Amino acid sequence: MDAPVVARDLVKTYRDLIAVRGVSFSVKPGECFGFLGPNGAGKTSVLRMIGCVSPVTSGDLWVNGMSVKTDERQIKALLGVVPQEESLDPDLSVLNNLAIYAGYFGMSGAEGQRRARESLDEFQLLDRATSQVDELSGGMKRRLLIARGLINRPPIVLLDEPTTGLDPQARHAVWRNLRMLKRAGVTLLLSTHYMEEAAVLCDRIVVMHEGHIVDEGAPRDLISRHAGETVVEVHSDDPSVLDAAAIALTAPNSSVETTEDALYAFGLSAEEIALIELDHTQAVVRPANLEDVFLRLTGRGLQD
Amino acid sequence: MAITTTALPRISVRHGVRVWRRNWAVFRRFAIAEVGPIAVEPLLVLGALGVGLGTYVTFSDDRGSYLAFIAPGIIGAYSMFAAFFECTYGSYTRMDIQRLYNAMIATPLGIDDVFLGEVLWGATRALFSATIILIVISLLGFVDSPLALVIPVFAFLVGLLFASVGLLFTAFAVSYWTFNYAISLFIFPMYFFSGVFFPLDRYPELIGRIAWILPLTPYVAAIRELIVGQLTLTTLWAALYLIALTAVIYSVALIKMRHRLIR
Repeated sequence: MDAPVVARDLVKTYRDLIAVRGVSFSVKPGECFGFLGPNGAGKTSVLRMIGCVSPVTSGDLWVNGMSVKTDERQIKALLGVVPQEESLDPDLSVLNNLAIYAGYFGMSGAEGQRRARESLDEFQLLDRATSQVDELSGGMKRRLLIARGLINRPPIVLLDEPTTGLDPQARHAVWRNLRMLKRAGVTLLLSTHYMEEAAVLCDRIVVMHEGHIVDEGAPRDLISRHAGETVVEVHSDDPSVLDAAAIALTAPNSSVETTEDALYAFGLSAEEIALIELDHTQAVVRPANLEDVFLRLTGRGLQD
Repeated sequence: MAITTTALPRISVRHGVRVWRRNWAVFRRFAIAEVGPIAVEPLLVLGALGVGLGTYVTFSDDRGSYLAFIAPGIIGAYSMFAAFFECTYGSYTRMDIQRLYNAMIATPLGIDDVFLGEVLWGATRALFSATIILIVISLLGFVDSPLALVIPVFAFLVGLLFASVGLLFTAFAVSYWTFNYAISLFIFPMYFFSGVFFPLDRYPELIGRIAWILPLTPYVAAIRELIVGQLTLTTLWAALYLIALTAVIYSVALIKMRHRLIR
């Protein structure tokens, strides 16, 4: 079986901007593969090239063994696309938004209507079938957008920042839907700049920065590789407090980063931390997370 | 088939019709609001100019009444408007405001299919307009020949041209205001100088010939022959010219549209 998505030395250049600078990755069947990175890292460009709406500048990109350069129509028939921008059809009812979209995939009118009802039911939107899109809440619109992306029962789904702008309830509802899809064996590719989302949903992540993939792996592996098990944070406006903490927290296997008003120590074990005298009104000891990985890899002027 | 900006148009009616179906679904929803104006405005023109002004107009030759003269021109002009306005204001709204083209090209449809669907829909609007006005003027007794039954089909075919012209402006449009240029520089000159309201033989020969370049002129001339039932070579030349022009404008507009949408 071909890998759902394979990229080799993929480059995307716009008129005056290099958005993707030669990335390679391979997505396994049934996994949730995350593109994590700050805005402008090239995540959306990669997803748009996979979705065959943006031509590849150079390199190769295959979806289910077909090249995006030659088999665009066949590939798009296999994909579900949930865009970042809200592109629901305001002139159509909620039901017809899905039914007409089903028509774009070649379903007949009756088939589209049937599939649209089924899909609204799955996404708890059936009671809003005759509503206008404008009458839906932000969370409902996003669910409708996801339902629309799944109308053709795609084996591969591309989601571009699926929960940006949603409140926590709506976000969790979307996550539930995506986990359901994963259980059904659907391969998910999603871009996000929410660490929690990547940690909760993704089996594997690539961290993107300025058009490059800076590292790749399972969330837990990335965390232990770049931030260890535990992080000590010290917050203070007084440089002497930070300097003293830096000396106390420096060990052969630790790395310490300071900013203007904070200090982060990575790589220390719980036993080592227990031996260090810390002022706990200013210091916090917590498990390392993806945000640490993100900041260490994509930077913010942090220094060793 | 690659995503490209410069290739020849890829025409797949099977895929284009899927976009057409979306516009038809919306049209049906608003049909009552849409159909009224299609009939009312041409009737106003026929009433004001045909009956009102027409009372003071007599032709020096045997062309018949002024109302009978402008009736075929009104079919031509208003079916042109229907296709043109659908594919400027309507298409621009769908493309730029509602972002529907972006949603459509994420499915197996490509830009070429979306473009074709929009052109087919614009042509359908031309067909509706021509049919409604034709019914009205035949009830008023201005249709002499059963050949007039061909007019809706003809209107659809020429509608493909005016829809393509509309999309050409849409492909360049930076806002709705862009269409004001299209209307002042292109649509209104055609409306007034294409033989809709007065015969072109009043002009010096050169200007008359130039007027024939404007696609409304051959279109109206052919409708006039179909209504009277006297076909001449004029209709044949008109048809050939309009077909060639359609192929050119369709291709240019599509390529410009690809440049706009493919990034």
